[in-house]
Formats: sequence, structure tokens, C-alpha cells
Amino acid sequence: MSATHAARAAGPDRGQASARAAAGPDGPGAPPGPAHGDDLSPETGPLVTARGVTVRFPGGVLALDGVDLELRRGELLALVGPSGCGKSTLLRAIAGLLPISAGELRVAGRTPEAARREWGREAFVFQDPTLLPWRSVRDNVRLPLELGRTPHLRDSDAAVDRVLALVGLQEFAAAHPAELSGGMRMRVSLARALVTRPALLLLDEPFGALDELTRERLDDELLGLWQRDGFAALAVTHSLAEAVLLADRVLVMRPRPGRVAHVLPIDLPRPRPPSLQTTPAFTALLAELRARVEEAA
Amino acid sequence: MTAPREPLRSRVLPPLLVFALFVAAWQLACALLALPAYLVPAPTRVAAAAVANAGALARGLALTASAAALGLLISLTLGTAIAVLFSQSRLLARSLYPYAIFLQTVPIVAVAPLIVIWFGTGLASVVLVAVMISLFPVITNGTAGLTRVDPHYLELFAMRDATRRQVLLKLRLPGAVPYIVAGAKISSGLAVIGAIVGEFFAGYGAAGYGLGYLIVQSSGQLKTADLFAAILACTLLGLLMFAAVSLLGEAVLRRWRGREHEL
Repeated sequence: MSATHAARAAGPDRGQASARAAAGPDGPGAPPGPAHGDDLSPETGPLVTARGVTVRFPGGVLALDGVDLELRRGELLALVGPSGCGKSTLLRAIAGLLPISAGELRVAGRTPEAARREWGREAFVFQDPTLLPWRSVRDNVRLPLELGRTPHLRDSDAAVDRVLALVGLQEFAAAHPAELSGGMRMRVSLARALVTRPALLLLDEPFGALDELTRERLDDELLGLWQRDGFAALAVTHSLAEAVLLADRVLVMRPRPGRVAHVLPIDLPRPRPPSLQTTPAFTALLAELRARVEEAA
Repeated sequence: MTAPREPLRSRVLPPLLVFALFVAAWQLACALLALPAYLVPAPTRVAAAAVANAGALARGLALTASAAALGLLISLTLGTAIAVLFSQSRLLARSLYPYAIFLQTVPIVAVAPLIVIWFGTGLASVVLVAVMISLFPVITNGTAGLTRVDPHYLELFAMRDATRRQVLLKLRLPGAVPYIVAGAKISSGLAVIGAIVGEFFAGYGAAGYGLGYLIVQSSGQLKTADLFAAILACTLLGLLMFAAVSLLGEAVLRRWRGREHEL
């Protein structure tokens, strides 16, 4: 992933990246999208705010009970916790794919459903790459630009080329998903999420099914893309090391019903190369996080 | 991932060998048991009858093949359209699906005379019988393909606020292609059966004789060797139809999924 490494090495610091994101998409290749001046209300407020969010499934199961969280613009937040603690449910509620039963949830100053429809600057990366097998890599990446009531097809080639270059898959643009390895498919999925230049990226264990080395490489690439594009990200993961490596803060959830039990700030310097995992500071944070998760479980 | 395809020779030789053994056993049985030719003609007699009637059989085969192909084409178009309707409205699917099952369960031999009464003899009635018998697999497979969509794909489309039309045209329909191809394979054999049954009741009049008519005629005259030759022609047509649809389906699927190998 030379493009990403180069971008990160030469890239702006986080403050600059955030400021650039606040100004909206820029540069050649940016897909025409909704006006970004009204991304937030108020402009400086958090991107996602949850206050006492409760989700009860139709069968009566209480999946989330009074969840509070705040995701700031340009921040990378990791969600960890045992299976069944409602991490994916919370992610889907923020995406507007699942209605909440009680509490208040705001995304860019709107309800999640309104944010999805009117704001349209969120993207979701699923655990499976969810690529359409009949479409080429290029056409899969282009898909988000073709959808919606006002498809953003103008200049879509430039937008697709940009993200394919970012994930290092330009040479595979004409290939079909069946021709790619698991890691490459995940990169296509990531490129598809980034093609609309989202301000909020929701990741649901995106690298969970990959082998350790591929996962490490993709984590590194994700950090590079995040640093470069300045989006805010909320990542669900089962890997505590991944959470410490990626996040500014880690939210530890406890199960039945799902609640935020702890918030652990990760004050490690950036950029964070994979080699950071062998440092005493990283190991200490990992041990603390493990203790918090065990406590919550 | 599919396993690498075996070479053509190893796929074709075993069934051919079984066929040769079967014909040899048949010939031997006719000679040893002295079976009367009007009951079980020996393969040599059947071959002679096929050569003698080659012209009529070829014309019959062409006519029946046309009716079956037309029936299959209509079934594919109509079946896919019905499947799209079913996928768009659960109420519509619930209301109409029992009538689709009717197509599968009704004894076509009992309905064919009705069709002749209503529509008369000729190609249209024969094709209608072929459609009736071959429509159901396309409807069921098509509906399954259009409705069994991974919820993550639907969420992916919902994230971009996709319209119903976009979900249908960009997700459901292309996703149903393998299912529709599978339905077409099943229906290809059924369309041949339908065309032959249709010809039993509704021939083409002066326009010509299909294989169905040749079967009825030769059995009525107790020309058993001719009957066997016609049955073999029917089998050959069924195989050809299935092979043609399979090859076409494979080509469509290859294009659909690209070359399949993992890096």
C-alpha cells in the first residue's frame, strides 16, 4: 500500500485533517455531493451524540439500554465488548438502519434516518465485503455514486480512480470479486465506502474474518486513509489490540442489556505503525483494556 | 469456488460406455429370448426404422424443437416477469402463488384437450401446453433469487437511500441470474415434454407432424420399431435442449461472475 503510506508520511496532522474535513470535499476527484456547509448543527458540535439510547427488538429483547456516547469530528472511536453486548446494534442505530425505542440519537444534528437521507455523508463497512459478484471492482466502488434519488455520477470516474489508488487496487479495476483474495475484497469494500468522501465511517468488524497479518496490514491502511481523509470513524472490533492501535478512545460495552461500561482514552502518539504494539505503553494500555472488558463481561 | 472442470472426454465417455452396454444387452436379450418385434424390437430394427423414417423424424424433431424452444422462451419471459411481481409485493405473492402451484400439480394430459377445445389445433396450442408445464420452475427459482437477498446488501443500498427501482434493477434482478439459469435448465426438459404432449392432442394439421404425432401414429399402427425410433428422437431432443440451455447458462454465469479463482 505505497499510496497510503506515502499519503500518511506526507499527510497533515490530525488537526489539519479535521479542519479540511470540516471544509468539505476538496481537490480533483471529489464526487459532487450534497452541500457540506450544513454538516453539523451547531457546526462545532459532536458528529454523533447518543443520550440514553435504548433499542428493544420486536420480540421484547432489550439490546441497548441507556447508551451515552459522543463522537467528535475526525475522531476514531472503537467499540469493544463481549458478543451480544449490542455493538453492531448501536452501529446500525447510528446508521439509521434500526429505529431506537427511547433516548436521543443525533447524527450531524439530525435524527439518524434524516441524516442518512438528507446529509448522506455516512458510509458503512460490513464484516463481509458485500461486493456484488456480477460487478467489476470499478463498478462495485462506483455503486454508491449511482444510488439515491440524486445519483452523483458526474465526475464519478475521477472519484473511483482516487479511492482505487488509495487502496492500491488500480490494476484490479476490471477484475470481478471472485478473482480477488479476502484482503483485496475488503480493500474494495473500504474503497466503496470512501468513494463518497464520507464524514462518518461506520465499521462493523470489517477485518474480523481475515488472517492476522492481512488484518494488521489493513488496520495500517485504514489509519493512513483516516489520517488523509479526516473522517470520523466508529469501529466495532473483537480485537483489543486493534482497538488500542486504531482508536482515540475505546468504549467498552457490557452485555444484556448493552450499555457503555467504560471509556478508555488512548493517548498514544500518531502515526501508529504496527511496530507500536511491542512498546511498553501499548502493552500497558492493552492490559488495562483487557481488565476493563473482563470487568464488563 | 468451483472445482476445476474435468476434461470433456472423461465426462462423455462413461455415459457413452453405459449406453453401448445397454444396447448390447438389449440386442442379446432380443436374440436369446426370441422377443416378438411388435413387443420389443431389437436395436438393429430400431436403427433400421430410424434410417427409413429419417426424413419424417428430422422434420418432426425440428417442428417439436421449435414449439419447445418457443414455449421455453415464453416461460422464461413470463416466469421472470411474474417472479419480479411476486418479489415486489408480498400480498401479491401470497394471493397468486397457489395458482402458480396449480401449473405444477394439474395433470397436463387432462388439460390439453381443453386447450384444443378453446384454442383449436396448431402451433399456438402446442406452445401453450409447453408453457404451462415449463413455467413453474422459472417462477419459483426466479422468486427465490429475487427475494433471498443477503440483508447486508439491502443495508448497503439503504445507506445510500436507494430507490425501490434501483434495488430491483441493480441488486435483486442481477442477483437472481443464477437462480433463473437453474430454473431454465429444469424448464428446458419440461418444455420438450410439454410440446410432445401438446402434439398428442393438438397437431399442426397440414403444416406438418411433430414427434408427438409420430408417436401416436406409430403406436396406433403397432409399428413398435418406428415408435422406439420416435422415442429416441424425443430423448435426443430433450438432451440437445438441456445441453443448449446449460451451455448458454454457463456462458451467462461466466460473464456474471468473471473468471473464478482465488488469489
